[in-house]
Amino acid sequence: MRANLKVLNSSTFRMSAVYLVVFALSVGGILWYVYWNTAVLLERQTDETIRTEVTSLGEQYRQGGLARLLDTVRRRSAQESSRGIYYFSNQVGRRMSGNLDGLPADALGKSGWIEFPYEVRGTDDRRTHRARAYYTRLSGGFTLLVGRDVEELRQFAQLIRNTLYYALALALGAGLGGGILMSRNFLKRIDTISDTSRSIRAGDMSERIPLRGTNDEIDRLSQNLNSMLDQIERLMAGMREVSDNVAHDLKTPLTRLRARVEAALRENSKPAFKAALTETLEEADELLRIFNALLSIARAEAGQTRDQFAPVDVTEIVNEIGELYEPLVEDAGGALEIDAVDGLQVSGDRQLLAQAIANLIDNALKYAKPPEGSDKKLQIGLSATTIQGNTVISITDNGPGIPARDLNRVTERFVRLDTSRSEPGSGLGLSLVQGVAQLHEGELSLINRNPGLTAKLILPALA
Amino acid sequence: MTYQTQVNPSEQSQTNMRILLIEDDLQAAGFLLKGLREAGHVADHASNGDDGLEMGRDGTYDVMVVDRMLPGRNGISVIETWRAEGVRTPVLILSALGEVDDRVTGLRAGGDDYLAKPYAFSELLARVEGLARRVEPEAAATKLQVGDLELDLLARKCTRAGENILLQPREFRLLEYLMKNAGQVVTRTMLLEHVWDYHFDPQTNVIDVHISRLRGKIDKNFDTPLLHTVRGAGYSIREG
Ligand SMILES: Nc1ncnc2c1ncn2[C@@H]1O[C@H](COP(=O)(O)OP(=O)(O)OP(=O)(O)O)[C@@H](O)[C@H]1O
Ligand SMILES: [Mg+2]
Repeated sequence: MRANLKVLNSSTFRMSAVYLVVFALSVGGILWYVYWNTAVLLERQTDETIRTEVTSLGEQYRQGGLARLLDTVRRRSAQESSRGIYYFSNQVGRRMSGNLDGLPADALGKSGWIEFPYEVRGTDDRRTHRARAYYTRLSGGFTLLVGRDVEELRQFAQLIRNTLYYALALALGAGLGGGILMSRNFLKRIDTISDTSRSIRAGDMSERIPLRGTNDEIDRLSQNLNSMLDQIERLMAGMREVSDNVAHDLKTPLTRLRARVEAALRENSKPAFKAALTETLEEADELLRIFNALLSIARAEAGQTRDQFAPVDVTEIVNEIGELYEPLVEDAGGALEIDAVDGLQVSGDRQLLAQAIANLIDNALKYAKPPEGSDKKLQIGLSATTIQGNTVISITDNGPGIPARDLNRVTERFVRLDTSRSEPGSGLGLSLVQGVAQLHEGELSLINRNPGLTAKLILPALA
Repeated sequence: MTYQTQVNPSEQSQTNMRILLIEDDLQAAGFLLKGLREAGHVADHASNGDDGLEMGRDGTYDVMVVDRMLPGRNGISVIETWRAEGVRTPVLILSALGEVDDRVTGLRAGGDDYLAKPYAFSELLARVEGLARRVEPEAAATKLQVGDLELDLLARKCTRAGENILLQPREFRLLEYLMKNAGQVVTRTMLLEHVWDYHFDPQTNVIDVHISRLRGKIDKNFDTPLLHTVRGAGYSIREG
């Protein structure tokens, strides 16, 4: 019972019900048209024949007098095949001619249409048929009735009507049954989808919607939902890994901090306290910096700020950030070469783009620095140009580059290569650059030039 | 909860300011008030938006520091109400949200400066003092002067003791900002914000190098240095 109600409540069923009504109306319309064009038309034709005959008989009476009329009526009544019904009587109501025994009781007025049962003569058994006739009083008190046997016509009409009712009933029945069947089938498939989502909500992330392989709409929908679930599962796994990393990477400085405070308390001297507090402050600042970086990365990856994007002048940003870092590079004994094509524009966030470029220059400064005593000079190239419709910002250095096996890893949070431990940093710089690229619907590509690394920030140009 | 305190008059210096702090975190407010008073200012505190709005209405403060998120009426609404009523006192917005768009909404509501939590106290103090100075008439100044250092904003010329100093455009703007805030501490982030118009956190101290280059031009060949480093805070340009 509940299941049936569910079918009746389903949107497919409601839709089929509407279709059914429309369908029934149009089938009814067609059938009615057929009926009108057969039964009704035939009936009208009969009336028309009768009327013509009455007129012609009246004409004969006027021209040929009573004798001619009687003669014609007698002749016509005798014709078995014509199915004509005739009656002619004088002023006292005595039958003078025709194949009807007497005037039907309800032919009372001056003239008019009547329908009445009459007994068919001439056959073996006496059958009663329906007749339809027109009667009229002629001058001199005579009464003329001309009619037709309409029994067959009526039966035919009845037959047509019955056929029509059956057809309609059949159509409605089939439509209703089909509707219920269709919605039940549809409902079952929808139910599998909701069952799947229920078990996913219950925590079984591996559940997927079964496919039928018919590649119909529902199959395609299920396929899309499944691939969405795949992606969510991947993201969730990534998330878990990130939070594990975060927990681990924050535990280290916090433990360090704690040990330091403890040591100072043990030592219990003013200079020790002061030193510990200063170091604690630095450590706290570093932790806050990490938190801020993590938040910025998460926010960039979430992409929520995209609606606040405005056209930004990449050329200007590249030149400004280049100019900002140039003295630093020079002080480190290197050279920064800036080469930005004029008028590069993207839709984006000026601050985040600047931060991304700054992070990349910062990396080049830290990791491409030639070792002490070598006569190699640090060379950093900062350029911006258009390649295949994209705005590409490249930062190139002449350092050792990143080993091929680590290229994909370094953009993950907290990943620092062992060779870089001597430099300050927390392994979040490239993660932010990647997040910013994603936020701008672009990408970060890291290419080893052997020697040296090129980091390319590829952004879709402003349409 | 509202409380007011007066600083001992003997401690009051020339630059002493009246500051209103609207902050609901009582512990943080306690540290801030202590710091501001130690720096010689008179600081009042309100712990919610409605009290704060009331206290700031008559415009007797030199600077108001407003936390963005407050119980009851939020900080943005407090500032908007003041501005609608014609209160022109400079406002520094404090916020736990460091995003660019938050900064934009804050400044659009009528705030004059924006500081994202967490911040160093020295940063807050530098900005508060910078804001208080901002109201002093300097509008028509076309020449800035600190000691024998002169900056002609119209002719874009810099001289020290009459000697011409050639500055790059960015160096000129850096010096201009420092001189407009002469005697005040300006932090590295303030410089990055005002001279370069960037609000991000540069991982290395890019600003220091620019300062040392500027110093090389304006101080190196002269006896008295004008551009001073304020330890743990930033820089300050002043005589002596
Ligand atoms: N230009 C480069 N040359 C060689 N190695 C690099 C270069 N850029 C990045 N790396 C390697 O990739 C790692 C990750 O870089 P990332 O910028 O994400 O973090 P970080 O620089 O270590 O720390 P942070 O940027 O947070 O201060 C670095 O530790 C370094 O090992
Ligand atoms: Mg880095």
